[in-house]
Amino acid sequence: MELKTDGYRLDRTLETHAEAEGLRGEIHGRHPMDDLLRTDRLPHIWCPGCGLGTALTCFLSALLRSGLDLDKVAVVSGIGCTGRVAGYVRLDSFHTTHGRAIPFATGLKLGNPELKVVVFSGDGDLVTIGGNHFIHAARRNMDMTVICVNNFNYGMTGGQAGATTPVGGITTTSPYGNYEYPFSISALAAASGAVYVARWTVLHARRLERSIVEALLKPGFSLVEVIAPCPTGFGRRNRLRQGLDAMHYYHEHGVIQHGADPVKTDIELEGPVIEGKFVDGEKPTFLEQYRRQLDRLRGA
Amino acid sequence: MSKFEALAGNEAVATAMRQINPDVVAAYPITPQTSTVQTFANYVADGLVDTEFVTVESEHSAMSACVGASAAGARVMTATSANGLALMWEIVYIAASTRCPIVMGLVNRALSGPINIHCDHSDVMGMRDSGWIILFSENGQEAYDNLIQAVRIAEHPDVLLPVAVCQDGFITSHGMERVEIYEDADVRAFVGEYRPQWSLLDLEHPKTYGPLDFYDYYYEHKRQQVEAMQHAHRVIQEVAEAFNRTFDRDYGLFEPYRLEDAEVAVVVANSTAGTAKVVVDRLREEGLKVGLLKPRVFRPFPAEELAEALAHLKAVAVMDRSISFGAMGNAGPLFLELAAALALRGVRMPMADYVYGLGGRDILPREIESVYRDMLRVAETGQVERMVTYLSVR
Ligand SMILES: Cc1ncc(C[n+]2csc(CCOP(=O)(O)OP(=O)(O)O)c2C)c(N)n1
Ligand code: SF4
Repeated sequence: MELKTDGYRLDRTLETHAEAEGLRGEIHGRHPMDDLLRTDRLPHIWCPGCGLGTALTCFLSALLRSGLDLDKVAVVSGIGCTGRVAGYVRLDSFHTTHGRAIPFATGLKLGNPELKVVVFSGDGDLVTIGGNHFIHAARRNMDMTVICVNNFNYGMTGGQAGATTPVGGITTTSPYGNYEYPFSISALAAASGAVYVARWTVLHARRLERSIVEALLKPGFSLVEVIAPCPTGFGRRNRLRQGLDAMHYYHEHGVIQHGADPVKTDIELEGPVIEGKFVDGEKPTFLEQYRRQLDRLRGA
Repeated sequence: MSKFEALAGNEAVATAMRQINPDVVAAYPITPQTSTVQTFANYVADGLVDTEFVTVESEHSAMSACVGASAAGARVMTATSANGLALMWEIVYIAASTRCPIVMGLVNRALSGPINIHCDHSDVMGMRDSGWIILFSENGQEAYDNLIQAVRIAEHPDVLLPVAVCQDGFITSHGMERVEIYEDADVRAFVGEYRPQWSLLDLEHPKTYGPLDFYDYYYEHKRQQVEAMQHAHRVIQEVAEAFNRTFDRDYGLFEPYRLEDAEVAVVVANSTAGTAKVVVDRLREEGLKVGLLKPRVFRPFPAEELAEALAHLKAVAVMDRSISFGAMGNAGPLFLELAAALALRGVRMPMADYVYGLGGRDILPREIESVYRDMLRVAETGQVERMVTYLSVR
């Protein structure tokens, strides 16, 4: 029997990768945010119609508008489609493990309190597998901004149900409809002590950007929940086949209610999406509390 | 009548799960395991099984739920890969030490970091001291067959240990192949009913699992785990014999391939063994006396039988798809353990380790061929130039 020579051709995989990398710069044109992106990592992995591009653009423009010193901004992501953000931004960043972005970010902030630490990750990552860290960072009023992209499922692994999937939502692990009650991420943050909580769909990009600026400049634990289409994982199984269908849906069902009681912000399948700024308060942050305690003990 | 189906390895495992019809499955999605549980979720939704299926919020919770359900007397299964297994860690040990016969499909993937979703064996090698029985599978057929056998091994009253059934991420988990699927009734008859002896739900005889256990009895409980592993060595072979008789297969502790009259052999587990067989055939055509040994049972490690099967060779190469960092020569775990097994049984021959395929890097027939040619030279000279080689690394 002859050894199959097909196998030998695979030999070139590595060279082909290198060639493709070289070509990338030519394939896509310049984007206004290119200076803030690791363009050598592009094209990105996101599907057509995905809301993540808008979410990232809003974050980057908010970052520029916030006036923060970009050399002192660090972006931390967990794992997921959203988690890819840490690898795409041309900022100090860390792509941590699934669910652990917040404790990693906590360590980062404590190790270097001068940094502005931003956690950018998915709903599954932040409130399902990593939910414990989310509530405790909010409880401590840990100094960080969390941008949580909520697409109601685990996009990256192919659209399974998680803690944000609405009742009745069809996913690959709930083929006849989810029957568990979901979290409202905004309500969870507010109940756990976050000083700033806002939610916007990616359709409301300008408002989203403004909220991210406010959150970035807010001392303590701030949360911006971004409602985004995931046509591949969630949308096509739940009558929002294209990204555009989801945008129409947000247009028709988005209800702006600043100051809404976070407890009443549950998102139901085919119900309204309440958005706006829900919480904007003040309270000493973790680091302030910590320093106060030190001063007290030292008798200062 | 059995039938042949074109199935990816994960679907073959999900099919075995459907036929086994466990009482509880708790799992969390992770590539490349996901399609196992996802396929199974459809069986649950379609009413083809009686399983309580829980989409828990993490792997730590998945294994915890498995332990809880198993202690309650249920037949329990789960599946995971790499980081998922790592997150289960604490409970992986609890499952073995509280003697829960859980069966897990483990789709091997590189354990970060940096993050990588492709195949290597760094995930399973981390659990080798955890007290689990570990089986390797070359392809979807073996993953299917091993899973069915795993239930009987795990639940055997002399064993009562959890079993992990490994297959290679993407290479076989997503590669579609011809798989022989047995009659549902035959599989159910083979695995039988699980009759737990110490169920928490037996209200007449209340029990406690996992209470404090210090210098008074802890050591004895470890001794019992050792005894269970010793029994497992026998039970695995008995179950294999029964399986071979029922389904006309040929499972043992490992698979020798053209080994009997070989002078040089490679020891390699999972899918690469399939590629290596092609290389063996090719080199045999040249008249070279080469063979292969494919481990199936990694825990309990069949040291005695392996030493016997390899004793006649002039040189042996082990191919490891993971590294035991900082261990002797920074070699792979399979090499280290096999080298110890042979040396302690007085089987002395030149041995070398070839680490390959980390993070899913392709392993080509030509590279395996180069390992054989190296070893043929070693067999002639009796000299190993390099104990550990990292194949095709830049
Ligand atoms: C410990 C662990 N378990 C499972 C996974 C597999 N995994 C990767 S991403 C992901 C879900 C991502 O969902 P989400 O956080 O909502 O982000 P999205 O992809 O939807 O943006 C899962 C389950 C993993 N990487 N690590
Ligand atoms: S799977 Fe969903 S979240 Fe992931 S890139 Fe595609 S559309 Fe976006």
